[in-house]
Amino acid sequence: MARESNFRNMFLCLLIICLGGSALLGGVYLMTYQPIADAQATKVNQALAGVLPEFDNIPAEEAYQIQMDGRAVTIYPATKAGVFAGVAVEAVTTKGFGGPITLMVGFKADGTIYNTAVISHSETPGLGDKMDPKKSDFSQQFKGKNPKTFKLAVKKDGGQVDAITAATISSRAFCDALDLAYRAFTQAAQKGGDQ
Amino acid sequence: MNKLSIITKGIIKENPIFVLVLGMCPTLGTTTSAFNGLGMGLATTFVLMLSNLVISLIAGLIPAKVRIPSFIVVIAVFVTVVQLIMQAYVPALYETLGLFIPLIVVNCIVLGRAEAFASKNRPLDSFLDGVGAGIGFTLGLTVLGAVRELLGSGAFFGWKILPGDAMLVFILAPGAFIALGYLMVLFNKIKKA
Repeated sequence: MARESNFRNMFLCLLIICLGGSALLGGVYLMTYQPIADAQATKVNQALAGVLPEFDNIPAEEAYQIQMDGRAVTIYPATKAGVFAGVAVEAVTTKGFGGPITLMVGFKADGTIYNTAVISHSETPGLGDKMDPKKSDFSQQFKGKNPKTFKLAVKKDGGQVDAITAATISSRAFCDALDLAYRAFTQAAQKGGDQ
Repeated sequence: MNKLSIITKGIIKENPIFVLVLGMCPTLGTTTSAFNGLGMGLATTFVLMLSNLVISLIAGLIPAKVRIPSFIVVIAVFVTVVQLIMQAYVPALYETLGLFIPLIVVNCIVLGRAEAFASKNRPLDSFLDGVGAGIGFTLGLTVLGAVRELLGSGAFFGWKILPGDAMLVFILAPGAFIALGYLMVLFNKIKKA
């Protein structure tokens, strides 16, 4: 059973346990560092391939971040045979029902939404998670729409978006992220057009 | 106490969810589907087995006053190991459970078994106690997840079996309490019989 406590043995005991623990964690971290990075890269690349029109560069390598109203947005420019083909924008909104939502939105060169993908979200399963293309066709309605003429707000708020039933907050957050992505696109497109 | 009864008592007589009612935060939070419940249960089982084993090995060397901090460090180490491994090899599961994995550290059932059993028993018995409590926890989470998924989204382990939208309330927090309450009644009724 447990020993008598004094300053020296308490100090030594915690020191040894913490050192042993950190050594083990360091080892596991080294082991899993590469697979974790790979898994994340695969995810981003899959999302990019899904949302962008045809491209032949590696957008993930040319990615850069810009600030929109104090929110960081990642831009993935896509080119085909050296010509500006479109942009994928990774935008985060904090207006979700269950936490932040990260979207990947692909725009064609003229600003039309090519496709969208949900990178991460913590919306309620069965309600808000229908924003995931695998679960419902909510996100399909944005395909081929140009936010210049298509008002990115749910119908309840005077926009043109059909909200997910019983998940208006999640739908609003989705529109918010899309809107942020579009504004980032207009900035990036100017830059892309100049090149 | 024989080895088998150490395992079975964690599953039935001292079931962490239905009898001891410990670890309610992950229980209510992660059981929106049977698969999530199962995943959370297995992660907790892994932590329980290893932390019980290690704590039982080192308990004799730890001064009484720093007992709890030492246990928590050991538990936290194993939880982080689980988290890193999940992130690396099952990223899909990590996405749904990610938020709850660090909470295993403060899950009462893990510290509870360490303090009540592992620190007073031999390593093998402690390991088996972890196996038993882990299976009991996993079983509870999976059953609760299955019930909520069936009533709430009309599916079973992701297979849609009932048409249309089901009773969404069972996916949300209130449904978790309702389902858990009735399952507890049922479990204790059967246990007594």
